[in-house]
Amino acid sequence: MSTQVPKEPETEEVETDPVVKSAQDRRIREKAERTARERVKTDEAPDLEGEDTRVIKVFRYDPEVPEKQEPRFDEFHVPFDKGMTVLDALMYARDTYDSSLTFRHSCRQAVCGSDALFVNGSQRLGCQTQLGDLDEPIRIEPLPHQDVVKDLVVDMQHFYEQMEAVDPFFDPDDLPADEMAEQAQTRANREKIKMSTRCIWCGACMSSCNIAAGNNDYLGPAAINKAYRFAMDEREGSDKKRERIEIIERENGVWRCQTQFSCTEVCPKDIPLTEHIQALKREAVKENLKFW
Amino acid sequence: MHEHDVIVVGAGGAGLRAAIAAQEEGADVAMVTKLHPVRSHTGAAEGGINAALREGDSWEDHAYDTMKGSDYLGDAPAVETLCQDSPEEVIQLEHWGMAFSRDDDGRVSQRPFGGLSFPRTTYAGAETGHHLLHTLYEQVVKRGIEVYDEWYVSDLAVTDADDPENRECHGVVAYDIKSGELSGFKARDGVVLATGGPGQVYDHTTNAVANTGDGVAMAYRAGVPIEDMEMIQFHPTTLPSTGVLISEGVRGEGGILLNDDNERFMFEHGYANNAGELASRDVVSRAELTEINEGRGIEDEYIDLDMRHLGEERITDRLENILHLAEDFEGVDGLTEPMPVKPGQHYAMGGVETNEHGETCVSGLYAVGECACASVHGSNRLGGNALPELIVFGARAGKHAAGGEFEPARITVGETGDSEIGSIDSPVQLGEVGLTRDDVAADGGTAAAPGSSTLSPAETVDRAVERERARVDRLLNKEEGVNHASVRADVQKTMTQNVNVFREEENLKDALADIRVARERYQDVYVSDPSRTFNTDLIHTIETRNVLDLAEAITLGALARDEFRGAHWRKEHQERKDDEWLKHTMLTWTDGEPRLWYKPVVLEGESKTYEPKSRSY
Repeated sequence: MSTQVPKEPETEEVETDPVVKSAQDRRIREKAERTARERVKTDEAPDLEGEDTRVIKVFRYDPEVPEKQEPRFDEFHVPFDKGMTVLDALMYARDTYDSSLTFRHSCRQAVCGSDALFVNGSQRLGCQTQLGDLDEPIRIEPLPHQDVVKDLVVDMQHFYEQMEAVDPFFDPDDLPADEMAEQAQTRANREKIKMSTRCIWCGACMSSCNIAAGNNDYLGPAAINKAYRFAMDEREGSDKKRERIEIIERENGVWRCQTQFSCTEVCPKDIPLTEHIQALKREAVKENLKFW
Repeated sequence: MHEHDVIVVGAGGAGLRAAIAAQEEGADVAMVTKLHPVRSHTGAAEGGINAALREGDSWEDHAYDTMKGSDYLGDAPAVETLCQDSPEEVIQLEHWGMAFSRDDDGRVSQRPFGGLSFPRTTYAGAETGHHLLHTLYEQVVKRGIEVYDEWYVSDLAVTDADDPENRECHGVVAYDIKSGELSGFKARDGVVLATGGPGQVYDHTTNAVANTGDGVAMAYRAGVPIEDMEMIQFHPTTLPSTGVLISEGVRGEGGILLNDDNERFMFEHGYANNAGELASRDVVSRAELTEINEGRGIEDEYIDLDMRHLGEERITDRLENILHLAEDFEGVDGLTEPMPVKPGQHYAMGGVETNEHGETCVSGLYAVGECACASVHGSNRLGGNALPELIVFGARAGKHAAGGEFEPARITVGETGDSEIGSIDSPVQLGEVGLTRDDVAADGGTAAAPGSSTLSPAETVDRAVERERARVDRLLNKEEGVNHASVRADVQKTMTQNVNVFREEENLKDALADIRVARERYQDVYVSDPSRTFNTDLIHTIETRNVLDLAEAITLGALARDEFRGAHWRKEHQERKDDEWLKHTMLTWTDGEPRLWYKPVVLEGESKTYEPKSRSY
């Protein structure tokens, strides 16, 4: 299921039959009910009286826990300190109120790309978003246009497949004869690819893209940017470059982009994605002219 | 059951390099990793890769600097291997397209780093780890190596011989986080642990939330000795509010450290009259905390790192990422104001005992990267020496596991007849709480059924899966109890308070007592999330046990080593005691308890012996 392309909640995953299928299901149900009761209790536990607090409203869904099969929002009150991020707030809520609150996170410094979320209506990294900059109520949702696995966790498989569809690896024509010699690269060329190499595979761009939302086969901004990273690297081999240009100019490649710039706006690493897509369109035209 | 020739656990720099090497050697390789490879913490490494690439530099000089930096607790054969292999591994990365920063002549750039006699730190902006990680993953994609991502390896399948050296590793048990399915992975030729560091043992750390030392703890409980665990590096420049790392590259490029009186204290207070800010990391971290403790810290908490004089052009060219980190995580503009910094846990020099091929004493089990201890870093790692360790030893272990040929190792692993036995003066009982015979067997290897003496490799894996299934069911079925998060928080707090840069006997004992209480509370831990789908509550609860075992090991090592060496400072013992302590602190999990012993440092290199000298910068 997805937060943005609403389906009826009664999908095949959803348990409509009240008959308990197995001991395991019964366990899940009973424990979920108890956990829900506990949560209400502990919700009141920390004394936040007199403290500066913020309210976060967090999307909840779990395909196999009865009370979470119907998507809902839970509110959590978190104490606020200057410098606190959306990720800090989520971790506080999880560790204090409800340990079943589920989201991906790891490095806490905007390099692992795990915690791209939909915060107050735009794609951002939880760890890079200051709570103090957001209007209340703060709504935290999973990335739109991707299947939700549970709570804020989306299925990234399709994103990875698109990334891998552009042959995302270096393939030079030949290497220096001296095996300890480097392939030279000018500073200007390194500068040209620099921004494209910053991608952390967070998926924010793909989630923000209208074209990708309507056409699941569109390669999307991240994958095209990956192609740009190699195509524009002067060390790259000419055969591989031609192959890769062929990939990105197919039906679901660069020509689908309608330059709406939403990807560029949401990229947490400030990569000029739309510009890179446009540059590859020009590159594709040039490459084709060569063979006329 | 899944089955492959070589199974690599963890997909950061070391794991990816190992997988590529094993595959090039002809093996069928699979990577099993709790994070998708590009999420690994290698991606957060900033500074660079030390490699003697240029005229005027040599691997011998790199080795000398590394031995000195280690305060003579590195083993020379491992250190020399690192320094000899690093140049070709770095060139290999370049040939795989890594986006290194470049000099005007088009060659890869190098810069000065702390403790180095030559500017040999090869870098890609201030985001070298990110580029290294992605470059290696690209090669894994190119080769079609199978990756089981978001599969959490929670135990090893090791046989149950009494003596760990007679045990064999036949695979791992892994939990598919998305589906909640538990599976055995049988390895025909070898298992390579590449699970990274244990930073989550501390609360102020540069490490990712995922860095819970899983591989070290699993190997430890399977009977593999762990080495020099007390040797924890505290990085001098981390942001005070989050622990986010500010690269040593800032000082390498000329950034300076200032106290509240605006003094360059590294020089003005005589901490390092020659190298100043570029002294070794342990030296700079102690200097900063001394300034803060003596009332010259800013807001009594931190020190200023100032790079404004480098100018916008140079900063943007070489350190741009630092501007983003300071802005996003501390709200500071590094171009117009100094950045607040203080020491934070950064790296574990110790880990699973290995030789220079990555082998442990358990047959078929390897360890590489931060989870391993070969030992190349001894008691203090030099900046820029972690990334080459990943690629050098990753490549060697992968090749070895796949049957590649090597010269015999010069470093021995496992206990030998003449090992020196240590004793621990602990105020509390150590090890597992409430042991029964069954638990002991469960934590060593996999016991054979009564009456039969041996298990086949597949049976060994199956038994490990059954045992793990029982543990997972127990955690999920328990109705109420303690939330692991509060146990983990207690451990982190006591470790940061008592087992930090400055260590005193009394505090170390307090930490052991606190860890004991935390262990007892962990007995009552339960998972409140009932779901089989993406149950991070369960994963974190299992990780917390690893955090407990490693916190205890770190503290024990710190208590045992009554001298001051490298990163390990003891209030009661203010000098390096070479007569007594040119040896590694070893812990072996025996019948559910840590057992302490020692093994001598190897100072004899290929053609010279590294005589311990006084270490000044």
